[in-house]
Amino acid sequence: MYAAATESLIKQAREIKEEELQRFCGRIFKLLHTKDVSGETVDSLQRLHLIVSATKYARELPSDLVLKLQTVLRSSSCPEQLLVLSSSIIRESVPPSVHSLCSDLSQDSRTFSYVASVVLSQAGNKEDVIPLCHHLLKSLESRLSDGLISKHALPILSKMTTAYPEILTDDQVNLVSRKLVDWLRYASMQQGASMSSGGFFSGPRTRQPAPLMEVDGVVTGDFFTVLCVGQSYTEDQWMNMYSFSMIKSWLLTYDTDGTTNTESDDRSEVDSSVMSMVSATSSSSRLLSPKERLREKAFEYCQRLIEQSDRKALKRMDTELQKACIIESVSIIDIICGEDPSYVYRAFPCIKALYGRLNGDFAYARALLPIAQFYLNHSETAAVDSEAVFCQLFSHCPTEQFNDPMLAFEFVQFCLLNSSVLQDRVANYRQSFPNLLKFLAWNSSGLIAEFVELLPSLVAPDTAIELLHTIIDLPCLAATLDLQQRSACYQASDRTTWDQQGAKVAASLDAFRQLSYRGFFLYILRPEAGTGDTIDRLKLLHELLADMAESPRVVQCAQVVPVLLHVYFNTVTQKADEKLMNQLLLVLLERSSLLYNIKTFNAEVQKVFSTHLQALCKLHPPLIVDQSREILEFAGSPANIYSKEDFYTHVVWVIGEFLSVSYDPRCTVELITSFFESLEAVLFEITQVRQSASPPSYSPRLITVLMTTLAKLATRSQDLIPRASLFLSKMRVFARSGPVMACYSEEDTEEIITRAHELINLLKLPNVAQFVLAPSAGGDGPRWHRDTNASLPQAMRAVSGLLHRHSSFLPT
Amino acid sequence: MVLCFLIHTVCPVSALSAGEIRILYARVFGPETGDGCDFTPEQRRLVQKEKLHVVARQVRSAVALSREASGSLCTEAVLGEEAVALGEADRGVFSLGNAELFPDRSVVLWLGVQSLAFTLVCRPHENLLLAEGALRDIARHCLEELRLLGPGAEVLLKSDRVDTLLHRLLPHGQLLFLNHRFASSLDKEMASYVSK
Repeated sequence: MYAAATESLIKQAREIKEEELQRFCGRIFKLLHTKDVSGETVDSLQRLHLIVSATKYARELPSDLVLKLQTVLRSSSCPEQLLVLSSSIIRESVPPSVHSLCSDLSQDSRTFSYVASVVLSQAGNKEDVIPLCHHLLKSLESRLSDGLISKHALPILSKMTTAYPEILTDDQVNLVSRKLVDWLRYASMQQGASMSSGGFFSGPRTRQPAPLMEVDGVVTGDFFTVLCVGQSYTEDQWMNMYSFSMIKSWLLTYDTDGTTNTESDDRSEVDSSVMSMVSATSSSSRLLSPKERLREKAFEYCQRLIEQSDRKALKRMDTELQKACIIESVSIIDIICGEDPSYVYRAFPCIKALYGRLNGDFAYARALLPIAQFYLNHSETAAVDSEAVFCQLFSHCPTEQFNDPMLAFEFVQFCLLNSSVLQDRVANYRQSFPNLLKFLAWNSSGLIAEFVELLPSLVAPDTAIELLHTIIDLPCLAATLDLQQRSACYQASDRTTWDQQGAKVAASLDAFRQLSYRGFFLYILRPEAGTGDTIDRLKLLHELLADMAESPRVVQCAQVVPVLLHVYFNTVTQKADEKLMNQLLLVLLERSSLLYNIKTFNAEVQKVFSTHLQALCKLHPPLIVDQSREILEFAGSPANIYSKEDFYTHVVWVIGEFLSVSYDPRCTVELITSFFESLEAVLFEITQVRQSASPPSYSPRLITVLMTTLAKLATRSQDLIPRASLFLSKMRVFARSGPVMACYSEEDTEEIITRAHELINLLKLPNVAQFVLAPSAGGDGPRWHRDTNASLPQAMRAVSGLLHRHSSFLPT
Repeated sequence: MVLCFLIHTVCPVSALSAGEIRILYARVFGPETGDGCDFTPEQRRLVQKEKLHVVARQVRSAVALSREASGSLCTEAVLGEEAVALGEADRGVFSLGNAELFPDRSVVLWLGVQSLAFTLVCRPHENLLLAEGALRDIARHCLEELRLLGPGAEVLLKSDRVDTLLHRLLPHGQLLFLNHRFASSLDKEMASYVSK
C-alpha cells in the first residue's frame, strides 16, 4: 500500500532546491495565464501542492504566483479542480493570504466555500475571520438571497462560532436563530426538481415536484427532516440538513443564558428580518424570543426524528442514520431541557417511549447512553423513577458488549463525565464495577487513561476489598472473556476447528466448558459486586488459565494492573477506617503469593504491594500489632524470600520501623522478642555457610535490612542487645566465606561488613542507638533539621562524635 | 466538529525504517483556538504539523496494540477488493485527554486498513456514531478513488480528490446527517469531479 515510489516522491518534494522551485513556480504562473486548463496545469499544481505540504517548515511562493492563485480562487468561471488546488496550495504556503482574500470577498456562492477554507485555516485570531463572518451574515440577512447563500454557509458559521463564540453579537445570534428556525421547520415539502448540476439529461427530464418519502417508502405527512427521502432536494432542504447537523453545537454555544432575555433580545416574530427595539418592550408575553423559538422548533424537530427513526428503513445507510439521529436528538432535547426545565415534562413521554423501544436491542446500545444522560439530568425534576434505566444499563451493556471499542469508550466517558452524580444517586453504579472492568480487561491499552480517572469513584468502603481482588485478578477476567468468546465462536462450527484453532489454549477452553469449573468462571464474569470478596481455590483457577497467560490480550491487561493498583491504594487509604486497613494488609500478605503467573506480572504487582505496605503502615502503625500473628508467620518463613524477595524485604523493614511502643502501647517486650527471634532464625538459616551450600540467591540488601531490623528491635528491648551484637559479629565470617564471595561483588560484601560494624558500635550506646535507629516521627519536618535545640541535630552531633572516636569502622 | 482528518501509515512498511510513519494526507479544519495567538504564521504551521505527527504516532500504537490483542492477521487485499479491506478494518477510539494538542478532551477516531489508518480528531460532544459512519464513508471513497490498495502514489499527487471529498462529506469539519439520497447526490458530484 505504501511503496518505495511513494516514499521517494515525498523525499523529492522535500529536497527540491529553492531555485528549482522558483523555476517550477514560474512555469505554473505562465500555465495559469493560458486560456484553457490543460492537463499539464493540473498536474503541475498537484505537484506544487505536494511540495508545499510535504515539509514541516513553510515554503515561500513567489508573490505573483500567490496573487494569481488568489485570482483563480475567486473566479467563478474556473473549473472546480483549479479552485480546489489553488485553495489547498494557498492554505499550505506563506505568506498567509487571509487579509488579501478578506479584502474582496466573492459574491459567488460556489467559490465562497473554498475562499473560506483558506481564511479559516490561516486565521490566527478572531479579527482575521471577522470580515468573513460579516460577509456571511449579510448574505443570510438579505431576504431574497436564498439562491445566493453558499451551501456551506452554515458549516462555515459553525466553525467560526465554535472557535470564537464571542464573534457574534446578540443581534446576530438572533438573526441566525431565526434563519435556523426557518430552515429546520419550514423547508419545502416537495421534492426538488431533479436538476442534477450539469447532468446530461437534466433539461428534458425535469419532472413535476413529487412528494417526499419516509425512509420506509411511505409518503411523508409532516414537515421535512433529514430522514425524509426524495429523488433530489431543494436548496432549503439542503439547508435543513446543514441546520440540523450544526444545531447541537449552536445550542451548546449560544443557548446557555436561560430563558431570561438580555436587553437586545427582540421578541418580534411578526417581521423576522427587522430588528426592532420597540418590539423588545412589547407587552405581549406570548411572543417568543428568537432563541426560545429556535429551542421550540429544534425540540419539535427532534421529537419528529425520534418518531421517524421507528420506521423500518429500506436502505442500510438510513438505518445507521436513524441511530445517529436518535443519539443527536436525545442530546439536543437534553440540552434544551437543561436550559428551560418546562420542556422536561413534554420530553419525558417521548424519551420514555424511546427507551422502551430500544431497551434490550443491542443494535441500539449506544443510543442508551444519551437516554441515560437525560434521565440522570432530568428525572428528579420530573419526579420520574430512573433506577430501572441504570440497573439495566450497568448490568447488560458491559456484559454483552464489552468487545465493542466504541461503545466501551462512550460508556466509560459517560461514567467519567457523571462520576460524582452517579456515586451519589445511582445505587448500582459502584456495585457494578465487576462489569465496568470488563471494558478495561478487554481493551486495556485503550481505556487505561480513563480508568485511572474513573477508579476513585468506584472505591466504596463496603466493596473495597472485593474491588482490590478484582483488580489483581483483572488478567483472569481478560482471559475468561477471551475464552467465553472463543467458546461461543467455535460452538457453532464443529469441534475439530476449535481444536485446531484453539490448540494453544485447548486446556483452558476445555476447563471453561467443564461444569465442575463453571462456578469459577461465573464468579469472574459476575455482573456486580456483593457475592463475596474473592473465591477459594484461586490458585486452581490460575492454573486452569495457565494456557492463556501468554495471550497478548492477557499480557496487555496485566500491564495496566500495577497502574490501577497504585490509583486504588492512593484512593482507598484516604477513606479507609481501621478495620479496612487491617483487611488491606491481610490481602497484601495473602495475594503477594497468589497471583496469575504472567511473565513479569508477579514482580510488578509485588513492587506495588511493597510501596503500599509501607504507606499503609506509616499511615496506621498499630497495624503491625493488630496483624502481628500473620506478619510473624510471613516474616518467619524463609520460603517467602525466594519467591518474593522485594516484598519480603519491605515486610521486614516495616517491622523494624513500626513495631515500637512509641506507636502502639500494646507493643510488649514479649511481642518484640518473638519478632526478634523469628527474624534471627531466618537470618541464621539463610546465612548458614556450608562449603557444599549453593551461593545465596537473595540480594545483599536483604541481609542488611534484616541486620538493621534486628538491631532496631534490640534497642527497644535492651535485653536482646547482647544477642544481636553476637549475631552481627558473625556476619564478617559469612561475608568472607567462599560461596558468598563468589556470588556478591567486593562492594556488596564490604557493605555487609560495614553495616554490621556500625550496628555493633551503635548498640554499645543503647540510648543513642535507639535514637538513630528509630528517629521520631517528626524527622521529616524542617524544624528538626534547622532548630539546633531540637533533638535531631543533637543526635547528629552525638553520632558524629561517636564516629570520630571510633573511626576504625568508617568504610575504607 | 471535526478538527482534522489524516491518512497515514501505521505498520512498519518496507519503504520506511521501523518506527517511522508518514502522513500521506492531512487536512486541518481551522481555526484552532487556544494557543497560537502569539505565534507567527510559520510557527503556527510548524506546531500544527508536529501535533498531527503526535496524533498519527498515537494512532499507530493504538492500532498495533489492538491488532496484537485481537490476534488479527493482516490479510492483503489488492486493488478491487476495497470492500473486503474495509470490512476487515480495525477501528478504535481514544481521547487525547487534557493534552494541550487540541481543545480539551478531543477524541481521536481511527480506522486501520492494512498498513494505513484514516483518522479523525473530533471535538468532545461530537456524535461519534455519526463520525464513525462518515470516517468509513470517506475511507471507502479514498480507497477506491486513490487506488490506495495498489502500489501507486495517487494519494500524494491526487490529493485534490480527497479535498473535494472532504469538501462535500465534511465541509469545514462539519459532520453531516446524510440519508442515502443526500449521500448519492454528493456521490454524483464527486464522480463527475473525478471523471473530468
